[in-house]
Amino acid sequence: MLETWVVVVAAFAYLGLLFAIAYYADQRADAGRSVIASPYIYSLSLAVYATAWTFYGSVGRAAENGVGFLPIYIGPTLMIALWWVVMRKILRISKQNRITSLADFIASRYGKSAALGGVVTVIAVIGIVPYISLQLKAVSASFITVAGPVPLLGDTALWVALILAAFTIAFGTRHLDAAEHHEGMVAAIAFESLVKLVAFLAVGAWVSWGLYNGFGDIFARAAADPKLEPMLAPFGGVGGDYSSWIWLTILSMLAIMFLPRQFQVTVIENKDESHLRKAIWLFPLYMLAINVFVLPIAFGGLLHFPSGSVDADSFVLTLPMSQKQELLALVVFLGGLSAATGMVIVETIALSTMVCNDLVMPVLLRMRTLRLNQRRDLTGLLLGIRRGAIVLILLLGYLYFKVAGEAYALVSIGLISFAAVAQFAPAALGGVFWKGATRRGALAGLGAGFAVWFYTLLLPAFARSDWLPIGFLEQGPFGIELLKPVALFGVTGLDQITHAMIWSMLANVGAYVGVSLMRSPSAEEHRQATLFVDVFKRPAGGARLRRGTASETELFNLLARFVGLRAASEAFAEHARRGPEADLVHFVENQLAGVIGAASAHIMLAAVVKEEALTLDEVRAVLDEASQIVVYSHRLEQKSQELERATAELRAANERLTELDRMKDEFVSTVSHELRTPLTSIRSFTEILHDHPQLPPAERERFLGIVIKETERLTRLIGQVLDVSRLESGRVEWHESLLDMRQVIEDTAASASPLFKERSVRLECELPARVPRVKADLDRIVQVVVNLLSNAVKFVEPGRGRVVIVLAEEGEFLRVDVRDNGPGVRPEHREVIFDKFRQAGDPLAGKPQGSGLGLYISRRIIEHSGGRLWVSSRPEEGACFSFTLPLVGEASLDKAA
Amino acid sequence: MKVLIADDEPNIVTSLEFLMRGCDYEVRVARDGEEALRLAGEFRPDVLLLDVMMPLCDGFEVCRRLRADPATRGVRILILTAHGREAEVERGLALGADAYITKPFSNKALVAAVRGLLAPSA
Repeated sequence: MLETWVVVVAAFAYLGLLFAIAYYADQRADAGRSVIASPYIYSLSLAVYATAWTFYGSVGRAAENGVGFLPIYIGPTLMIALWWVVMRKILRISKQNRITSLADFIASRYGKSAALGGVVTVIAVIGIVPYISLQLKAVSASFITVAGPVPLLGDTALWVALILAAFTIAFGTRHLDAAEHHEGMVAAIAFESLVKLVAFLAVGAWVSWGLYNGFGDIFARAAADPKLEPMLAPFGGVGGDYSSWIWLTILSMLAIMFLPRQFQVTVIENKDESHLRKAIWLFPLYMLAINVFVLPIAFGGLLHFPSGSVDADSFVLTLPMSQKQELLALVVFLGGLSAATGMVIVETIALSTMVCNDLVMPVLLRMRTLRLNQRRDLTGLLLGIRRGAIVLILLLGYLYFKVAGEAYALVSIGLISFAAVAQFAPAALGGVFWKGATRRGALAGLGAGFAVWFYTLLLPAFARSDWLPIGFLEQGPFGIELLKPVALFGVTGLDQITHAMIWSMLANVGAYVGVSLMRSPSAEEHRQATLFVDVFKRPAGGARLRRGTASETELFNLLARFVGLRAASEAFAEHARRGPEADLVHFVENQLAGVIGAASAHIMLAAVVKEEALTLDEVRAVLDEASQIVVYSHRLEQKSQELERATAELRAANERLTELDRMKDEFVSTVSHELRTPLTSIRSFTEILHDHPQLPPAERERFLGIVIKETERLTRLIGQVLDVSRLESGRVEWHESLLDMRQVIEDTAASASPLFKERSVRLECELPARVPRVKADLDRIVQVVVNLLSNAVKFVEPGRGRVVIVLAEEGEFLRVDVRDNGPGVRPEHREVIFDKFRQAGDPLAGKPQGSGLGLYISRRIIEHSGGRLWVSSRPEEGACFSFTLPLVGEASLDKAA
Repeated sequence: MKVLIADDEPNIVTSLEFLMRGCDYEVRVARDGEEALRLAGEFRPDVLLLDVMMPLCDGFEVCRRLRADPATRGVRILILTAHGREAEVERGLALGADAYITKPFSNKALVAAVRGLLAPSA
C-alpha cells in the first residue's frame, strides 16, 4: 500500500501538468502557432479511444476469454483502412458546413432538423453515461487498490466524479470558440495517450521479463495449466462463438466513428485533411502496441493469483503491488488515470457541446419570453449551459455506477455504450452516401434502434442490479416469454450484445430505409443531401475560385438570367460585403437554388464552372426539374432576344440623334462665323466714319459702299439660313403652278444682265421655240436659276467670261444647262460643293463671295420639284450646272388649263 | 513699327489697313497663310494680325510655324477669330499667340490691343 497522500498528490500533480500543457497549447494557438497541427499529435489524440476499459478491462476480458478482447481493436483497425474513403468525406463535409458535433452533423444532413439534433443528443447522453460510469469505477477502484480505502473521503467514485467535472470545466470551457476548436485539450489528450502507453508497456515488460522469463515462459506455463489451456485456442474462450466476434468487430468499427469523443478528435479538432494519411497506419500501430502485453499480463495474473480471489480487471496494479513494486504501481495508476481522464474530458466536452447547441439552445431560442435573440452577447449563457451539462453528465455517470456498475465488468459496461452509438451509423453513413434518405427515415431509424437498445441492454442492466424486478428479465414483462429482453421473439443462444445488436440494427436500418423510401426528400433535405453526398464533386471552398475556374461576369450573367439584373446586382454587392474570402461560385449556386432548386442550380453552374463531370445518377435525379427549366429558360431566351433587338434599335436611334445634334451644333457655329464676317466690316467702317468726320469724300464714299455691300451680304445670308432651316424642317410653303420655262429663263436672264454687264461677262440663251410646261413654284425656280447664274459670273474671268443657258426637252423631263468658261470644278469637289457652307473657290483668285448655301438650297428645291441638279465639268473647259424638271401628264395639264 | 495683316476678307483687310496706317505703322497685307509666312520672313513685322480661317494654311498653323522658326519667333501675334469659342482661343494661345480679339471688333479695342503688344513692358 502506498501512502494515501502520495497518491493524491501524484494524481493532482499529474492533472496540474495536463492543465499546463493545455494552457501552453492554447497560448500558442492564440499566437497563431499551433502545436497540434501535426499528423503525429493527431494520431495520438485519436488514441483517446483507449480508455480505462482498455487499460484495465482488456486484461480482465483476456483473463476470462483469452483472445476474446481483440475484436474491440480489430474493428477500428479494419475501419480506419476505409477512412480515406469514408472519414475524409465526413471531414470535408464538416469543414465546409462548419459542423460542431455529431448531432450537428446528422441534423444538418437531414435538412437542418432541430428535432433530429435533439434526438441524437439525447441518445448520445444516455448511451454514453454507462461508459463514463465505467471510467469513474476504474479510477476509484484503482485508487482503492493502490492507496487502500480512505474512510475520510467516503464515496471515492463521487469525489472522482466531482474532481473530474471541475477539471473538465476548467479545461474545456475556459473560453468559447466559434469553430469548437480546443487546441489545449487536444495537446493534453495526445500527451495522455503517450503516458498511458508508456505505463502499460512498462508494466507489461515488467510482468513478462521481471516476473517471468519472457513470453515463451508465460505461454508455456499457461499451456501446462488445464484451466488456462483452452483459452489459448483462437476462439476457444469466446462466448457466443464466431457471431460474437463478428458483431463485436462491427460494433467497434462503428464506435471508432461515432463515439462522440472520437468524432470530436477525428473530425471537429482536425487541422488538416492530410493528417488522415499518417493516422491510418499510426493509430493501428498504437493499438497494437498497447495490446501486445495484454495476454502475458492476463496469464501472468491468473498464474500468480490462482485462487481467483483477485479481480482480473486490476491485474496491472495488483501484480506490481504484490511484489512491492510501488513506484511501478504508481506509474500504472497514473497511466490508468490518464486513460480515464482523457476519455472523460473529451467525451463530456463533446456531449456538453451537443447538449448546449442541439438540445438546450434551440429550445431557449424558441421561447419568446426570454428574448434571447435581442441579447447581444450570449457567451456567458452558453458557457453556463455547458458547465451545467458537464456536471450533470458526470453525476449521471456516477448514478449509473451506483445503480448498475457493480453488476458488470468494465468491458460489458463499455459495450453497452458502444451499442448505443452504433445506432447513429445508419443515419450518418447513409446520409453521406445515399441521397434518398430523409429526415423522417433518420428519425424513425434512430428511434427504433434506440428503443430496442434501451429494452435489450439498458433495462436488463437495471434489472440485474435489482432496480427492476428480476422477473422482467427471466420471464419477460408480464410473463410474456416472447418479449424477454435478452431473448426477444424467442431468439436464444446469443450473448447479450450480439442479441441486442441484431435486433436494434434490424429495427434501425429497416425503419431508416423503409420510411425514407415512403416519401421523397423535401427541397431543403435534397439540397443538404447533395451538399453532403456530392461533397467531392463541387468546388472546395474558395480555393477553386481563386484559381479562377469561373469568371465573375459569367456567374453574374447566369444569376441575372434567373433573378433579373437588379436582384443580381444586389446579390453581388451583398457578396462583396462578405469580403474576398467568400466563395462566389457557392454563393451564386445558393442564390440560384432558391429560385430553381438545388439540382438545377448545380446543372446551370456546371456550364459555367469547370468542375468534374456530372454522374449519370445526378443527371437522372434532376431531369424532371431540368426539363421544366428548359421550357422556362427557352421563354426567357426569347424575351431576352426581343429585348436585345429593342436595345439595338434604341441605340441606333440614339446614335442618329447624337449625329444630328452634332451636325446642328456645327451648322449653328458655321452660321455664326459667316454672320460675323460681314458684321465685322460693317462695324469697323461705321466706327471709322464716325470717328473721322474729316475723311476725304472719295474715301468716305468707298467706305460707305463697303458697308452697303456687306449689309446686303448679311441680309442675303440671313435669308438663306432661314431657307435652309425651313427646307430642312419641311415648313416651306410651295406655291405650285404651271410654268413655261422659256419665259422663266428669259425673265431671269434679263434681270441678271446688270450683274453681267458690271463684270463684262457675256450671257447667252439657247432656247427652243416651244417647250411643254412644268409644274413648280415660280419664285423657287427663279431662285435656282439666279443662284446658278450668279455662281457662274463669280467664277469666270471678267472681260473674257461667257455664260450660256441651254433649255431642252429630254424624255419625260425639261433640262436646263448653265455653262461657263471658268476654271471648272475639280472631280473631288463635284459633290462637296452641294454641302452646306462648302465652297470650292480658287485660293489664288481670292475668296469667292457667297455663303456656301446657294447650291445646297438649289438642290433641295429641284429635288422637291421632282428633278435633279448636278455639275459636269472638265478642268480648264468650264463648268456646266444642269437641272431637270419633270413634265406634267396631259390630264393634269388639261385640268390646269 | 511694322504690322502685317493676314486675312482673306478684302473689306476687313481694308479697314485694318486704314486703322494701322492711322497709327503710323508700316503695313503689309497677306491674303492667305502661305503668304503670311513668306512676308513674316521678308518684312519682319513687329505685330501680326492673324485671321484664323484662311485658305492654304490656317492661322493656327501659321502661328505654330512662326514660333518654330528662330527667325520669326519674336513676332507678336494677335489672333482674329470669328468663332469666339473658348476652345479655339485656347488653342491659339497654346500655339504661341500673344493675344486674341473676336470679330466683330471695336476699332478702339483693336488699336489698344496692338499698342499693348508693342509696349516695352509686353
